[in-house]
Amino acid sequence: MATSGEVVVTNVSKSYGIGLFEKEVVKECSLTIESGKLTVMVGPSGCGKSTLIRLLAGFERPTAGTITIDGKNVSGPGRDRLVVFQETALFPWMTTYENIMYGPRACGEDNSESRDQAEFLLEKVGLNGFRDKFPSQLSGGMQRRAELARAMINNPAVMILDEPFRGLDAMTKSLMWDYYARLFEENHRTNFFVTTDIDEAIYLADRLIIMTNVPTRVRAVLEVDLPRPRQVKDLVENDRANDLKMQALSLLHEEAMKSFSAGSKAAADFVDAYSRRVAPH
Amino acid sequence: MTRALSRSILRGTIAMIVFLLLWELGSRSKAWLGFPLPWISAIPAPSSVIVVWGALLHDSGYWQSCYLSVLRVMAGFFAAMIVGIPFGLALAINRTAYGVLFPTFEVLRPIPPLAWVPLSIIFWPTQELSITFVTFLGAFFTMVLNVIGGAKSIDVRYFQAARSMGSSSFDIFRRIILPGVLPSIAVGAAVGMGITWNVVVAAEMISGGASQATGAGGGLGFFIWNSYVGGSYPQIVVGMISIGIAGYLSSELLRALGDRVTPWLRRR
Repeated sequence: MATSGEVVVTNVSKSYGIGLFEKEVVKECSLTIESGKLTVMVGPSGCGKSTLIRLLAGFERPTAGTITIDGKNVSGPGRDRLVVFQETALFPWMTTYENIMYGPRACGEDNSESRDQAEFLLEKVGLNGFRDKFPSQLSGGMQRRAELARAMINNPAVMILDEPFRGLDAMTKSLMWDYYARLFEENHRTNFFVTTDIDEAIYLADRLIIMTNVPTRVRAVLEVDLPRPRQVKDLVENDRANDLKMQALSLLHEEAMKSFSAGSKAAADFVDAYSRRVAPH
Repeated sequence: MTRALSRSILRGTIAMIVFLLLWELGSRSKAWLGFPLPWISAIPAPSSVIVVWGALLHDSGYWQSCYLSVLRVMAGFFAAMIVGIPFGLALAINRTAYGVLFPTFEVLRPIPPLAWVPLSIIFWPTQELSITFVTFLGAFFTMVLNVIGGAKSIDVRYFQAARSMGSSSFDIFRRIILPGVLPSIAVGAAVGMGITWNVVVAAEMISGGASQATGAGGGLGFFIWNSYVGGSYPQIVVGMISIGIAGYLSSELLRALGDRVTPWLRRR
């Protein structure tokens, strides 16, 4: 597949409220999501990652700055960017198959080609036996996989995933990483993946973008040069992986310290956890 | 599953038998206690109700009353569906329509349907139409409110997801809003049906058999009132239970229908 879907964010700011109550969530943020790569963004919780995603998706407009995809300005939601949300946004009144076929049908492309593609994706995400079930009849992990398939059938230039595996148990989560990484390795579409889970980030990323605290901007970019396909045990055994993880954690720690001194409770938890995990070394 | 079901049926049946038994004993308290229990002894005993009912089953007047009430309920209910659902949807998706119409709607809504009886008798050319109109009002307001509430509670992420997958506005209406509102419509229909029965009986009592000459009037409400005036008390109870059964059947029917159109809400 031809790689496209390069996203360039230039000096983007976003604030909510006006006057005294104005709160800047994103501040002069510039970053590039390279085409054909899996870019993972991590940052302190509540730092404005989800806001950035809504801007990329076109659900909201930046207060200042520009966002372009392959040189074209983002001015609203479009089929070139698909968002997989934190919680399931599968349509409850449609079966798995109908959900996956939603995009093609909405665009008048309910033909044998898209139907074959739907069957192929059902197989890929292991939901063959669940094609005629409603979302409420699927487990959390299955719902996430159905949602991945529903996004991928539209062949978006950019896939945007907002903490898609949050709330799943550890076993299911690592299974999801596997499914997702295989899907990515198959076609190397541009992917932008936001998470707070550092293991998830290292396991999946080609490039890791670390964000500052709110108002958010890029703190650092790490190239995660681990060979693919990766294995979950690499996260423990591979020195390079551990090295990257420590780098990322110490950067996040710095950010957490800043918000800790600014009085954030969430940051206090992180600082505590970090000191227990890292200090003994 | 079937065991739990048969068990709950058994419980329900026993409870009903006990209830009828106590009622029977209470009504006949004078015979077995020597003195009448207050209030309860004034009510006709179930045994006498059943005897009277048995006789009424051969009476075309009774069936005519049932038929008229069912007809009015159906007419009012379906009119409320046909007008209320599109009206509610329009208010839910169009901000201008909402701004213009909702305040008026909210002022009219608290007025009990029965308060409309005199005005609708003046307004509508026939008595039949005015009874049906009042019945319609009972279900209409509930329906509209449910449709608006249902549409507003559809998760915004469904719209965002649909938009980013290339949906047109019409597509979103047809494939997101309509199915998203269906459960609320089902609830509104069930509640509306109950209100319709309440209203039709009261309206029939008020406007009654006044125009027997034209064949209008009648119905179970009038049947009950007429029995009261005529002093045949068991007949009052027959009329009441008839309404209970008719209401129960129509609610069950709607529930089954509602389950059928919202298969995704069915439990595994």
